[in-house]
Amino acid sequence: MSENYRNNFLKEVEERVEEGHWVKMCMQCGVCAGSCPLGAHWAHPPQELFMMIRAGKREEVLTSDSMWMCTSCYNCVVRCPRKLPITHIMHGLANLAYRLGLSPKNQTTQKFASMFWNNLAQTGRVNELKLSLGMYFKDGFGQGIKNAMAMQSVGLGMVKAKRLNPMELFGGHGIKDKSGFHAMLKKAREIEDRRKNFA
Amino acid sequence: MTDVIATNQTILVVGGGISGMTAALEAAECGKNVVLVEKNAALGGRVSQLYRYFPKLCHPVCGLEINQRRLKQNPRIRVLTMAEVTEITGGEGDYTATVKLAPRYVNENCTACGECGKAVDAEVPDAFNYNLSKVKAAYLPHKMAYPQRYVIDPSIIGTADADKAKAACKYGAVDLDMKEESVQFKAGAVIWATGWKPYDAAKIQPYGYDRFSNVITSVEFERLADIHGPTKGKILRPSDGKEARNIAFIQCAGSRDENHLRHCSRICCMASLKQTNYVREAYGDEGKSTIYYIDIRAIDRFEDFYQKVQKDKTVTFIKSKVAKAVQDEKTGDVVLHGVNTEGYHRYATPHDLVVLAVGMEPSVMAANLPAEIVSDSSGFIEADPSNHAFFGAGCASNPLDVNRAVQSATASALRAIQVVNRVARVEG
Ligand SMILES: Cc1cc2nc3c(=O)[nH]c(=O)nc-3n(C[C@H](O)[C@H](O)[C@H](O)COP(=O)(O)OP(=O)(O)OC[C@H]3O[C@@H](n4cnc5c(N)ncnc54)[C@H](O)[C@@H]3O)c2cc1C
Ligand code: SF4
Ligand code: SF4
Ligand code: SF4
Ligand code: SF4
Repeated sequence: MSENYRNNFLKEVEERVEEGHWVKMCMQCGVCAGSCPLGAHWAHPPQELFMMIRAGKREEVLTSDSMWMCTSCYNCVVRCPRKLPITHIMHGLANLAYRLGLSPKNQTTQKFASMFWNNLAQTGRVNELKLSLGMYFKDGFGQGIKNAMAMQSVGLGMVKAKRLNPMELFGGHGIKDKSGFHAMLKKAREIEDRRKNFA
Repeated sequence: MTDVIATNQTILVVGGGISGMTAALEAAECGKNVVLVEKNAALGGRVSQLYRYFPKLCHPVCGLEINQRRLKQNPRIRVLTMAEVTEITGGEGDYTATVKLAPRYVNENCTACGECGKAVDAEVPDAFNYNLSKVKAAYLPHKMAYPQRYVIDPSIIGTADADKAKAACKYGAVDLDMKEESVQFKAGAVIWATGWKPYDAAKIQPYGYDRFSNVITSVEFERLADIHGPTKGKILRPSDGKEARNIAFIQCAGSRDENHLRHCSRICCMASLKQTNYVREAYGDEGKSTIYYIDIRAIDRFEDFYQKVQKDKTVTFIKSKVAKAVQDEKTGDVVLHGVNTEGYHRYATPHDLVVLAVGMEPSVMAANLPAEIVSDSSGFIEADPSNHAFFGAGCASNPLDVNRAVQSATASALRAIQVVNRVARVEG
């Protein structure tokens, strides 16, 4: 389907990325890049990504880890003189890259996002214990034990405050109508695929 | 009591800046009767507060002087100062204006000898210098003031200072019993030329105008450079009076921004380019100007001016909307943070002084006009048929430089003349 967008990455972004139609409104003032608390740590701040989109640098944008670094602090959104919903565009771009299989492998926030989703989609409820353990052990068993030890006091505190239930390890709780929930997710996916040209 | 003789063939001009003066003069020199209403104690508006004006970099004195001479010679213009229009009723060819006159406490006998100013002790903030300095409570609004007549500040009325002023005056010009008055008169057409005001820089939170003493506005910088200004023309920074040699100009401070003013204020790029000349004039090769900009908008023939400044080695251009300013407590320097979009380089650059090229907004928002008037989304008066014989002129209609403001004023004078000509034909 990416044939539809040959040589027109901006058009692709407008159609397939959440709030992507805003990208063309960017006037390259640089204030988002300068205001982003994490900007110094990424390859491309938002403003540069928007310029790269307009320049048709599809591969470079979609394989970049920049949009995965966004913490949704909304600093850029409140400062942007053109009121671009920058945070949403960043997440939209990350989503597109993921769906196309272009996102960088082993990128931490991406790993977390997919773990979170898979965890939630199973039972309709997030199993926090499994989710945190999954995160600890994502880089192998040895590292997992180290991570778990380091976080021990936080975990115990959460158990004491009844924010974490150790019994969740065995199945855990879910919603009532699981098959209805799965059917709903499937339908939503179909609609999204049609709308964003992934069919 | 103030008497104003006016008919439906009179043109009312509101605002006595360069635009209002021009409109009034053009109409009067075509034989029309004009009442010119100015809120301040003197005519001249914002132009009189500039040090020099682009593109020729002459002092505003020249332009104003010519207009003042034309005014003095023309008996058809009635000037009311310290006057504000509070209501306009009626319609094309038949308006009634109500004008409130504030007491000046000084009458026509004043020769501007200055004795009253010497006699009083109290001082008040000097609005002409954007309150950066003080002035005696009996004062001449500024050197070029028209009319050349002193004002006694209402804050000293009823105090011993007021009596001292009265005793000092040899010409019987001080009249402490003056009261606020309201006058009503007719007019066939209205030219609204109330001009602009600088956008409130304190609202641009990341630049810290309200927190950092060494962050000032472009209008204040004009006063710093002027010999009649608070620093007698020396470019010194507010925190410690140190010579400010390394100066940053931040463009679009409040303009082109959905969070502030939507429009491009059109003159601020040229104003900053001009102000780099002030730095050069003061410090020669030792001075350093850095302009942080989104785009430089030096429209049409001003391009030459831009190119000349580009050749100046003391001026650097950085394509970036500054993200934030922080004043260093110890050194007083202001560090600017952002990303240079030519190459996406992050910077944190210290400057002695930061000048915000603030945007222009209408001094009277159309919503607050004493009549129902169509304006654009920024509040500038539109040339709209439903405004009938109420015409915007100069910066009340658009952010304009002096040259374009004067063109717009002449156009509005022509429109107003046509209206009163029609009235004249009907009335015979
Ligand atoms: C920093 C800076 C530098 C500039 N430098 C230059 C330059 O170098 N060259 C150039 O060409 N232009 C320059 N400009 C633009 C210039 O200032 C304007 O073009 C000019 O002031 C427009 O004149 P005006 O008469 O329309 O408005 P104003 O000068 O604002 O005059 C309006 C008048 O109306 C009066 N008024 C306001 N409200 C009322 C009311 N309710 N009732 C009665 N009277 C009222 C005011 O007191 C004032 O006297 C500069 C602007 C800025 C911000
Ligand atoms: S702040 Fe807005 S207009 Fe400026 S570069 Fe970022 S997205 Fe573009
Ligand atoms: S919302 Fe994301 S992109 Fe925007 S400033 Fe925060 S971290 Fe940076
Ligand atoms: S009011 Fe009197 S004392 Fe004051 S300047 Fe005028 S003439 Fe001189
Ligand atoms: S004239 Fe220049 S500084 Fe002023 S708003 Fe327009 S682009 Fe910005």
